[in-house]
Amino acid sequence: MNTTVARLTARGLFGRRRVLILLAVPVLLLVISVLARNNGMDELDLVHRILGTLALGTLVPITGLIVGTGVIATEIEDGSIVYLLAKPLPRWKIVTTKLAVAVGSTWLLSAVPIYVAGLLLYGTGDEVVLGYTVGALASGAAYSAVFLLLGVLTRHAVIAGLAYALIWESLIGSYVDGAQTLSVQQWGLSLAEAVAADGTVIAPVGLATALWLLVVVGVGATVYASVKLAGLTLSSDE
Amino acid sequence: MTTRSDAHGGVIHDIGYRPYAGPRLGRRYATRSLYVQSLRAAFGLGRSGKSKVLPFLLLGGMTAPALGMLAIALFAQLDEMPMDYPGYLAAFAVLPQIFLAAQAPVLMSRDLRHHVVPLYFSRPATRGDYVAAKFAAMFSALMIVLALPLLLLFTGAMLAKFPVGENLLHLLYGLLAAVLYALVYSALGLLIAAATPRRGFGVAAIMGVLMISFAVANITYALNGGFDPTQESASWAFLISPSTLVEALVNQLFGLDADSPSALHAPDGAGTAVFTAVLLALTAGGYALTLRRYRNV
Repeated sequence: MNTTVARLTARGLFGRRRVLILLAVPVLLLVISVLARNNGMDELDLVHRILGTLALGTLVPITGLIVGTGVIATEIEDGSIVYLLAKPLPRWKIVTTKLAVAVGSTWLLSAVPIYVAGLLLYGTGDEVVLGYTVGALASGAAYSAVFLLLGVLTRHAVIAGLAYALIWESLIGSYVDGAQTLSVQQWGLSLAEAVAADGTVIAPVGLATALWLLVVVGVGATVYASVKLAGLTLSSDE
Repeated sequence: MTTRSDAHGGVIHDIGYRPYAGPRLGRRYATRSLYVQSLRAAFGLGRSGKSKVLPFLLLGGMTAPALGMLAIALFAQLDEMPMDYPGYLAAFAVLPQIFLAAQAPVLMSRDLRHHVVPLYFSRPATRGDYVAAKFAAMFSALMIVLALPLLLLFTGAMLAKFPVGENLLHLLYGLLAAVLYALVYSALGLLIAAATPRRGFGVAAIMGVLMISFAVANITYALNGGFDPTQESASWAFLISPSTLVEALVNQLFGLDADSPSALHAPDGAGTAVFTAVLLALTAGGYALTLRRYRNV
């Protein structure tokens, strides 16, 4: 961790009006929860729809994508990364610092609102809300690591990340069961299942598989990003 | 009274420089050039090979299923296309959305980041012309992506000797849907792209708006008992997302899939009028805000 790098990264992420765009996501989730509160629908079903489909399925990947690529890809794109790389700092330290900022921001922008929205909708019963929050923490961290790696690897990091989230997780994941084993969203859901009371949350991936894959992907992505950043070639913007 | 030059005894010599005396092509020519250049840039033409990959991949991804259906219809001797023209656009809606998210920042953000916008405005083309040219270019690019598969489907239908009249009518429905999609998408996409000089951020923000509004529309629909066919009012939820807005409006306007319960429809009665008004307001509002954003650069 390097506090100066962390401060600069956070400023790049939240500076100017960008914080407003990022805040729109949690605000939206809370507004929907308040509106849906007294809907008369089955409460558990409602929680699954809002926390499962909307929050874990859409908001967490989008936040992870914006934040994960925002901490490094934008700097690589506008070339200002060279000023950072020129400092006598190990590259892995830059990566871990930026990852820490990204994970922290993703948690702040998605996991915390999920917990609050869950409390509004369902209260603390059956540990369902806690489960979804733990799932969001885990998948948010994994998304940040993966999208940060994409940001180092390619200039089209956001598109590549979108292709993964939209085409692999949503489209292929809903038809091919095997694809769900390799989906960050399902790993998060699996953790939610483990925390929540029996039978309230159903996840297709086993807990052990999910945990191992989460750790392997998170650590692997960070290590690979460090290696890649160590030998980064800056391509000029066309 | 002696002036400075007299004091130095200096003279201005005519050393034969000539001013430009040729024709000045003027404002309309400049706007047209900007339009052509932007349209080419939207597909990566005139730029490096790498930047051609993504737009053509998306264009290919949009047309490939149409070619597949064409082949199936011809060889399996079907008596109609597996998918209706507007239904095709709705089924593959995510590809034009990614195209918009990827290419709208190419048109807007790069000019902002490299500070060339003031250079444009120092020429005859005005701020309004700049926005109009960019809007027209994005609209045309989206129309190419949306209309090409429809035209392929129509060609297939003609080759397979399906009834001309009905196919032509539905092709027109499809093309109208394409125009509406392209209008709303361009207005929103360019507005968001013009707000940030960072390309990556623009891409994520446009896709975020489209994806999240779509998810919210579906959840609102479900929360209001949308899957219960008697709950007509739930369809108002489709106003939330630009893509469901167009899809529901077109389906209702032309009475498409009226018997299928899973198809989106604008609510009866005032629904069509309100949906049309919201669509126009979104387009005009997005365009006006983009104009406003360029009022001082």
